[in-house]
Amino acid sequence: MEKKFGVYICKGCSIGESINIDNLTKSAARVAKIQPDAVRVHDVLCSPAGLEMIGNDIKEGANTLIIGACSPRVKFEEFDFPGAITERVNLREFVAWSQDPNTDATQSIADDYMKMGIIKAQKGNLPEPNILPDLSKTIVVVGGGISGLTSALEAAEAGYEVVLVEKQADLGGWAAKLYKQIPREYPYEKLEEPAVFGKIKEVEAHPNIKVYKSASIEKTEGQPGLFDVTIRTNGTGETIKAGAFIMAAGWQPYDASKLGHLGYGNPNVITNVQMEEIAKTGKITRPSDGKEAKKVAFIQCAGSRDPEHLPYCSSFCCATSLKQAKYVREKNGDAVAMIFYKDIRTPGQTEIFYKNMQNDPGVLLTKADVTGISDAGNGNMFVEAENTLLGEKIKVEADLVVLATGIVPATRVPQEYLDGLTEAGKKGDDARKAYIESTPKPEFILNLDYRQGPEIPSLEGAYGFADSNFICFQYETRRTGIYSAGCVRQPMTMADASDDAAGAALKAIQCVEHVAQGIAVHPRAWDMTFPDPLMIKCTSCKRCTEECPFGAIDEDEKGTPFYRVNRCRRCGTCMGACPERIVSFKDFSVDIIGSMIKGIEVSEDEFRIVVLACENDAYPALDSAAIKRNKINPNVRIIPIRCLGSTNLVWVTDAFSKGIDGLMLLGCKYGENYQCHFVKGSELANYRFSKVRETLDKLQLEADRCELIQVAISEYDKLPDMINKFVERVEEIGPNPFKEF
Amino acid sequence: MADNKKVLVIGGGFSGLTAAVETAEAGFDVVIVEKTPFLGGRVTQLNKYFPKLCPPNCGLEINFKRIKNNADITFHTLAEVEKISGQEGSYDVTVKVTPRFVNDKCVGCNACAEACPVEIPNEFNFGMDKTKAAYITHNQAFPFKYAIDGRYCKGASCAKCVEACKYDAIDLDMKPEIVSLNVSSVVLATGWDSYDVSKLDNLGGGKIANVITNMMMERLASPNGPTSGKILRPSDGKPVQNIAFVQCAGSRDENHLPYCSYICCMASMKQATYLREQYPDSTARIFYIDLRTPGRYEQFYWKVKDDPKVSFTKGKVAKITEDPETKDVIVEAEDIQLGKKIKAKFDMVVLAAGMVPSTKASKIPGDITYTADGFVVSSSLKKGIYAVGALKSPVDVSMSVQDATGAAIKSIQSARRSK
Repeated sequence: MEKKFGVYICKGCSIGESINIDNLTKSAARVAKIQPDAVRVHDVLCSPAGLEMIGNDIKEGANTLIIGACSPRVKFEEFDFPGAITERVNLREFVAWSQDPNTDATQSIADDYMKMGIIKAQKGNLPEPNILPDLSKTIVVVGGGISGLTSALEAAEAGYEVVLVEKQADLGGWAAKLYKQIPREYPYEKLEEPAVFGKIKEVEAHPNIKVYKSASIEKTEGQPGLFDVTIRTNGTGETIKAGAFIMAAGWQPYDASKLGHLGYGNPNVITNVQMEEIAKTGKITRPSDGKEAKKVAFIQCAGSRDPEHLPYCSSFCCATSLKQAKYVREKNGDAVAMIFYKDIRTPGQTEIFYKNMQNDPGVLLTKADVTGISDAGNGNMFVEAENTLLGEKIKVEADLVVLATGIVPATRVPQEYLDGLTEAGKKGDDARKAYIESTPKPEFILNLDYRQGPEIPSLEGAYGFADSNFICFQYETRRTGIYSAGCVRQPMTMADASDDAAGAALKAIQCVEHVAQGIAVHPRAWDMTFPDPLMIKCTSCKRCTEECPFGAIDEDEKGTPFYRVNRCRRCGTCMGACPERIVSFKDFSVDIIGSMIKGIEVSEDEFRIVVLACENDAYPALDSAAIKRNKINPNVRIIPIRCLGSTNLVWVTDAFSKGIDGLMLLGCKYGENYQCHFVKGSELANYRFSKVRETLDKLQLEADRCELIQVAISEYDKLPDMINKFVERVEEIGPNPFKEF
Repeated sequence: MADNKKVLVIGGGFSGLTAAVETAEAGFDVVIVEKTPFLGGRVTQLNKYFPKLCPPNCGLEINFKRIKNNADITFHTLAEVEKISGQEGSYDVTVKVTPRFVNDKCVGCNACAEACPVEIPNEFNFGMDKTKAAYITHNQAFPFKYAIDGRYCKGASCAKCVEACKYDAIDLDMKPEIVSLNVSSVVLATGWDSYDVSKLDNLGGGKIANVITNMMMERLASPNGPTSGKILRPSDGKPVQNIAFVQCAGSRDENHLPYCSYICCMASMKQATYLREQYPDSTARIFYIDLRTPGRYEQFYWKVKDDPKVSFTKGKVAKITEDPETKDVIVEAEDIQLGKKIKAKFDMVVLAAGMVPSTKASKIPGDITYTADGFVVSSSLKKGIYAVGALKSPVDVSMSVQDATGAAIKSIQSARRSK
């Protein structure tokens, strides 16, 4: 496309009263290499008249538009010109609303921003989607429990082909082992027949669903839209094409053999899973002698909420024990159920079920810490407890004890093994080898043939759950196109797992549809650009393959990286990582940002600071500060970037060799509670920045000229001061000695 | 795309937004109908989310960006659904749009608000401060377009805003409009209200100045709130050093809300951290019946419990009174674990008010069955109508997101069936 520039400056919203528009017009024209009278100035550019003016230019052939007006966060409908490169220059928020009017400093800020906008438009190109051939929209569901069955049905009903892979010989998972289900509808009184059997029938009869039982995934190669999945069933392997995954591999009960202190090992101390089996027989009997149990004790949090066992709450055990207490009471009106609990957790409307059970005089609820189980003779046991509400120790006889054991996600064992491998790997090849030799290799679930490992990477503080760290974006994990659902993600009830499974199915559908259009998925679900590396210059240093938060880059036999572009989320972390600077997007590249930095005017008597701001949170925060008319330090020039992870260290060199005095990175919080929308971006930028000190040493510059600051979108009131403090520190250090060159 | 494949989402809070963007990103047209002038709903009023203590505007900003970048999503604000008729594949919906008195030419410059002489109670801040009749709730609001509150605006006789607006964006003659839609399916996401604490006589709700609700506490702690984020008590603006949280204020009580509101335990623990972070010597005491921090939230409880200045007392609060001189708040409760009565004084008390589905007070048009507490009975819904989030049971943001994403797949199934 031959670019024909249209440069526009809006005078509205006090822009016209803050700067000399004529001078800005002249400087912009110079940069854009057009005549000053070709720069269009309008009183209110977003008004119908202003937009008509731009529209007419487009009709005349303008296809590269630089719009100096308000922030790109507003007036997005007005300034949307499909087919044209459109660069919004934030003269309103970053100049008129946050700077002193009509000073030289303010004028030069406006000049710099217009110049940077023009450079970006000159260097950038219109994106074209990258649609790979032979895409599959088939969705693979891993796990045939309540979550997997629900996901499979929902996706199939939405019109997609589904392949369901179940490890066991039968579908249904734990849900099929239940005698009855907790009531799900008002008035929450009657136990329900397990709903799972109906779902199994529907799944098995559905024309869009193919079920593999007694099956496992031997290998998953490829990328969203182009997965080759090898499924092994009864000794034979079959490879199918698939577009996306739903990971619903479920859970295991916590190993009760670790609960000896609660009497497990005694035949009459059983788990809540065993209790379901017993209830199915029609009578609540105890294992030791088959005698009907009439005094049944339930011990809550058997393993859960215990730092020695499971440091989380397993969410469903309180309601499950209440339900099982109802089994006891319904089977024999003379029997009593005693529930020993820390807190009864029946959130939401389940509370009403709890209340109904409380009204049954044969159900006794006692807040207590169970300290032990002792023999009471004849197969009976004493439950001993303290910290009761009466403040005294108690000892209660029971003829059957049910441990409300919690859940362990199916992902935990493989994740722990892989985390151990990573740790060993950090100590060197020998340690890694020793780890592999000494540690039993667990059964993997997805068996991804990814450079970064065969499973969904573990989330810090998630205890093996394949969960998302995002509250707002529940299905975001670090493996594009693979969405986890149900108890493999979080402890949850069956009702919640069904909702969750439907959501995961939708995300899988979105993924295959976006891949078919060659656009990214969340959080840049509109983005048509993609990383386009100049491989001829690649040195196979593998930094990109290691750093990509989404494992989008693999290596061939020779160790040369190659992209699996459908796994890519377009954060630009690879672009930031690459020392050869070979990775570019059509509208975002090392050269574009570097040229923008180099375009900033530097004078000898003024300090100039570049702020690279994450466009997701830091940029809106800066905007918000300006909307409140808070002053932003006039020495800084703000450049939005996709994610701090895209920061290439050459920009540091670019800045300082140009004479910039300081460089600030503003991005999202990292660490366990990270807020980075690309998971690792800001953390990686921080890591790279720690290396920047070496670069600065080489340049004989002070390392303190660079700083990375973590900022939340809500901290806009503090932000101007954070910037001021940094500018002050740079001023204390003094001007960049390269200025004079 | 044919109009009859459009999905209607009623409610622009986090559930509704999620249902809308997730549906649209799967390739379907969506229209959102939101009652207030802005999208985002309840979460825009929150300071932070539990357990990460991250700001809600972070996720909202991304969702607003998704809307901005997706031509398949349209929305009506100040709009309410008046009628729904038809069946899956073709629901006729009548939407009434109340005038905003501000048109799309608004640039968000604040001149109207500056010029407006009418001060009104700021509902966004639960009346803890004033705003103008021409207003925007906060500076990350979306759409970033002012609104004029017709209940208070003096109209043409004043018109100072019209004069002040350089962009011809104010139209005081704007009339209510009726918008007719034909959609394949409807997602109900009209959210929740706080339980009216003035019904809790014994707890002084609405009567004692320094007894506030948990939602008011969010506004007090928010940087964009009435005190710019400083936790000051309402009676005299004194920094709060000593706070009590009363759990189950309305919830789990047959005389008020028989169900558990799910979020309040986590919310109070979170709010205890607000205070503790702000004032190093402050103390917080949480009165509870059961502490409900399911799943991995348990870890957040452990973290808060580790702070020696935060204490937990098992016991239902019986009575709250005010010291007439100091305006301090006196809480009387029974410590069940110690088996004794407690009487303690606090600078301020937060009532962990429960969650009431919006459908308790205002029903959605159509043939829908509700429980006695106003929740939608899902099985009563006609094909192609789906309820999400707090309309079915009290939920937190995470669960709303799961549920709303699930509703998105139901919607696309409806659209597919009505091809």
